[in-house]
Amino acid sequence: MKKQIIGKLLMGMAGLGMALGAISVHASPEGDRQELAKYYTSKYPNIKMEDYVYGALAFDADSKSQYDAIMEFPPFESEVEKGRKMWDTPFKNGKTYSSCLPNGGNQIAGNYPMFDEAKGKVVTLQDAINDCRTANGEAAYKLNDMKTMGVLTSYMRTLSNGMIMNIKAETPKAVAAYEDGKKTFYGRKGQLNFACASCHVQNAGNRLRSELISPAIGHAVHWPVFRGGDNLVTLQQRYDGCFKQVRAVPPPQGGTTMNNLEYFHSSLSNGLPMKASVFRK
Amino acid sequence: MRKLHHVAAACAISAIMLSGSVLAQAPAAAAPVKEETGKDIAFNRTKGNCLACHAMPTVPDAESTGTYGPPLIAMSARFPDKAKMRAQIWDATVMNPSSSMIPFGKHHVLTEAEIDKVTDFVYGL
Repeated sequence: MKKQIIGKLLMGMAGLGMALGAISVHASPEGDRQELAKYYTSKYPNIKMEDYVYGALAFDADSKSQYDAIMEFPPFESEVEKGRKMWDTPFKNGKTYSSCLPNGGNQIAGNYPMFDEAKGKVVTLQDAINDCRTANGEAAYKLNDMKTMGVLTSYMRTLSNGMIMNIKAETPKAVAAYEDGKKTFYGRKGQLNFACASCHVQNAGNRLRSELISPAIGHAVHWPVFRGGDNLVTLQQRYDGCFKQVRAVPPPQGGTTMNNLEYFHSSLSNGLPMKASVFRK
Repeated sequence: MRKLHHVAAACAISAIMLSGSVLAQAPAAAAPVKEETGKDIAFNRTKGNCLACHAMPTVPDAESTGTYGPPLIAMSARFPDKAKMRAQIWDATVMNPSSSMIPFGKHHVLTEAEIDKVTDFVYGL
């Protein structure tokens, strides 16, 4: 009898240990990233990690060669050029974006989203641009306005091309925001009951109807994209679309849920090079 | 003279438009409302949308199908109990919590009657 109880106790403790072990594996953002990378690479051993920046294109040679051909003379070059003009045009007070962003706005996109300890929340690059505008007496752009914020960032983000994604979540508050984003990513949503992970982890490399589904690693490095060559879409605008596709109500862009999601999601691409304004189907 | 031509042309055009619209409306008004079949519901992108995830190898017009779920074939052999297959459509996460299949019944994506029809259709595959 006693032996049985001890046995049960031992089993219980072992179970607890396993549970704790599982938690500790998930405890760090870098641990999460490595675990997910291992999941994808063991499922698709022939796809190199550096090719994850191409998303679904990495899984399909024909689509990738179509992409390469389009990217030689991108049909959206004039939009990016408009963004460059917006970037270079001084505010009414004579100052510029590059005068108020770190490092003149060059090679910084891979640091965003970042956790701002003073504000106690996640700040995306789009937020930093708007902070820059309001600090200089200009009205903030609407985050879901592709004609202003979208076009501006389609140029601005190219200034960080080649930078390695480097999202940090080190303080307890930052980790809490990261965990909140992770919860959104893995939580089921909407009438159709999908999590982000249902498609982009579980079914990456599978086809949904005829669409090849991209893995979550490598997602965050190349936004905004020009879908079909001319339809400009920012990352949170895409999240908005995903929410709607699973028949969920999208949270507001720039709000805590979206920003924390972008924070977690971007951290999955740590170590990969940035390349903004690309073609996607 | 020219004016007359214009009037004649206008009359001709309106006559064509009239007959056109009558022709277009007539069959629609006369045709009885066709009841949706299980296959209709299964193929409808806003309803079952089964093909988004499943191939149907024995159905010739089931084209460009997805690969999220297993191909739907030999269903009566795979599910000797038809009610179990219906339960999978109603909410597949009961059997497998990590299933990405939409819980068509639990989340009211389809009505119970629609699920019955889809069950009959899929069971015959």
